[in-house]
Amino acid sequence: MNKTIKVALIGNPNTGKTSVFNQLTGLKQKVGNYPGITVEKKEGRCILPQGRKAQILDLPGTYSLNTTSLDESVVTGLLLNKNGKDYPDVAVVMSDVEHLKRNLLLFTQIKDLQLPTLLVINRADRMAHKGITLDIEALEKALDTKIALVSARRGEGIPHLKALIADYASLSAAPILHSSRIAPDYFKALQEAFPDEAVYNLWLGITQETHFTSTAEQPDQRVASFPRKSKSELKKLQHRETILRYQFINNALKDIYTIDFRAAQGIRGALDKVLTHRIWGYIIFVILLLTIFQAIFDWSSYPMDVIDTQFARAAGWIKSNFPPGVFTDLVAEGIVAGIGGIVIFIPQIAFLFLCIALLEESGYMSRVVFLMDRVMRPFGLSGKSVVPLISGTACAIPAVMATRTIASWKERLITILVIPFTTCSARLPVYLILIALVIPEGRILGLSYQALTLMLLYLIGFGTALFAAMLLHNVLNSKSRSLFMVEMPDYQWPLLKNVAYTVVEKTKSFVWGAGKIILAISIVLWFLGSHGHSQAFINAENIVNTRIEEQGLSLHSKNYIQHHLNAYEQQLKHHSAHTPNSLTTEALQDSIQHMTHSLKEKARAQEVASYTLEHSYIGYAGKAIAPLIQPLGYDWKIGIAVLTSFAAREVFVGTLATLYSVGRDDEETLQNRMAAEVAPSGEKPLFTLASGISLMLFYAFAMQCMSTLAVVKRETNSWKWPLFQLVFMSAFAYLVALAAYQLLV
Amino acid sequence: MTTIADLRQGQKGIIKEFSKATPPVKLLELGCLPGNVVALVQVAPLKDPLYINVNGNHIAIRRAVAQHIALELVEDTSAP
Repeated sequence: MNKTIKVALIGNPNTGKTSVFNQLTGLKQKVGNYPGITVEKKEGRCILPQGRKAQILDLPGTYSLNTTSLDESVVTGLLLNKNGKDYPDVAVVMSDVEHLKRNLLLFTQIKDLQLPTLLVINRADRMAHKGITLDIEALEKALDTKIALVSARRGEGIPHLKALIADYASLSAAPILHSSRIAPDYFKALQEAFPDEAVYNLWLGITQETHFTSTAEQPDQRVASFPRKSKSELKKLQHRETILRYQFINNALKDIYTIDFRAAQGIRGALDKVLTHRIWGYIIFVILLLTIFQAIFDWSSYPMDVIDTQFARAAGWIKSNFPPGVFTDLVAEGIVAGIGGIVIFIPQIAFLFLCIALLEESGYMSRVVFLMDRVMRPFGLSGKSVVPLISGTACAIPAVMATRTIASWKERLITILVIPFTTCSARLPVYLILIALVIPEGRILGLSYQALTLMLLYLIGFGTALFAAMLLHNVLNSKSRSLFMVEMPDYQWPLLKNVAYTVVEKTKSFVWGAGKIILAISIVLWFLGSHGHSQAFINAENIVNTRIEEQGLSLHSKNYIQHHLNAYEQQLKHHSAHTPNSLTTEALQDSIQHMTHSLKEKARAQEVASYTLEHSYIGYAGKAIAPLIQPLGYDWKIGIAVLTSFAAREVFVGTLATLYSVGRDDEETLQNRMAAEVAPSGEKPLFTLASGISLMLFYAFAMQCMSTLAVVKRETNSWKWPLFQLVFMSAFAYLVALAAYQLLV
Repeated sequence: MTTIADLRQGQKGIIKEFSKATPPVKLLELGCLPGNVVALVQVAPLKDPLYINVNGNHIAIRRAVAQHIALELVEDTSAP
């Protein structure tokens, strides 16, 4: 008698189900997916009195067992499948004392499945505040169940709930509504056809809309083949069922449950007047957005810088402390850099989910959905797509993860697919260097051309996202209709524990889900960039050294050295002017000579690195695609940079720095070097207005981020959508860049 | 026919019937049942969606759905 009790936690959204789940399980939770679909499956373990154990399954929130979304069909499917491995021993139905009537609708349905069922009434602490009186004993009798009155926020009543779960065997499993009243003749026929099965289960099996399930837990095919009624007749019967259930509930609650509205008090009315106001509502929303933005964009840059330097330091440490060789390189430049590439996103993800969890927990998110719904509708989206789309401006990865709140699968998919069009922060370094290079300085109406270009790029990104959404909305067909009905929950202070769990959980799911793929691709990119099979690659060092001996350093390297020497001399002069006699002339000469030598050595190393990269596998790949990108105005060096950008867009800058043999940290030099670069055809510069704009547009539209692809794969549970994104976006980027270059050149 | 879509902010009515044969079942589940009192709390810009309070349930629905829920207006203007 010591087997683990399987508990299903079921309830309407906004009943505090997550809080109760967290209270019951603590940190002993596991988040996964239901097989084949993207609905999150949360499980946790709980110790009950007398040493018994329970496995708690937190089912998605649902208003009833009549399915209209993927989330809801998971609940119904699971409860109908008696032989499934997740079929519970006991159903714990959550309700909120303020919305007891509505919450009981689901309870009566589950009770009719003839499953031991107990009821949790949450937010008991608010009863007095809201003028509610409730006779628990009478209600237990009326509903033929046991009730745990809890306050999950304060942790009150949880021990009682645990005791009730442990004692689940004594719960009644009898139905409370004679479901045959819904349609006596039909139910009779149904029962006669399947005498061994519970009639209400059969009925749910028939009415369940199954088209959005690809679950293993499909309803019984025999039952599904039974309907002798048309779809609209069945719908009418579902209406009848709902009305009958409400009648039953109203009768059951009469005299037992009363609300004195005069005693009720709350801040909802006052807050809603401001927060959903047609002007103030938007102003407050914009201010909140700016704050969130600031958090993701700015505040997270501090931990990100620390992570960046620490990983670079770790890689350097490994290189200098292990015997040189392929293995050390693999660890230092492939694996450590790859893990660094995953960890670097953690601050942004954590900050975004911190903000989102606060908005959700407080009840504000529903108000945003309400305010933005009409605006988003022409694009086939709803109010729920707004926050993910806007967070995409910081980084697409947390943004894609934030789409989980969108109930309609089609809307969610469209949102995921168009998010990468919004201008993420990784594009910024690319834009900035190109703008400085090709957009002339000057002003119009007091605004600089360069700033306007940057703004335009952001607008283009957002506009394209919306346009693509509209396109996809018309192209993708989906049988699941979008039913826009949003509950506007009461405002409440966010519970720190719930917020913390959400942040930890989302971050973990990114690290384990997308992290693996990011790591794999960075190792591949490292391999391609640091290996080659040609003689030129193998002997790169000798070839470059010989060339330098014969012809001297390249012109650009000479300029580089001169530039730095001049700066150094200036610095020395400045220094000695302030503290005379601190340096002798000899020491000065000496130090300059020393500087010259180290600059020469640096220049030589840069030329070797450039030559090596040029002749590595990825260098050849860049040359191979050169004919393809030549019509866009790019040469093979840009080709390599475009390819390596796949690791992350900002790598563009670093790759060009390596190819042009300038220091990676030397942006001004890189810019001068780029300005001096000559197009392969002849005398014209490579970076002109035409090729620069073409390149910026390419970066605006192309799907060049493996991390985003990895996270889309994780969120859609298939390679189909990330590959579609890759092909569609890159083709689109190519065409736009081509058109731009050809028109401008 | 008066519907939820015709309510002014703060105005109340009692749901009479659905003019469309089968409105989404979810609407009923959320408390939009004949006989229940509904009040318009707030209207979003562009007059859509509508934020209503029906029998203590606060929900937002689109105008297109609201137009199919027929009402009998309640003249009572005292506090809810």
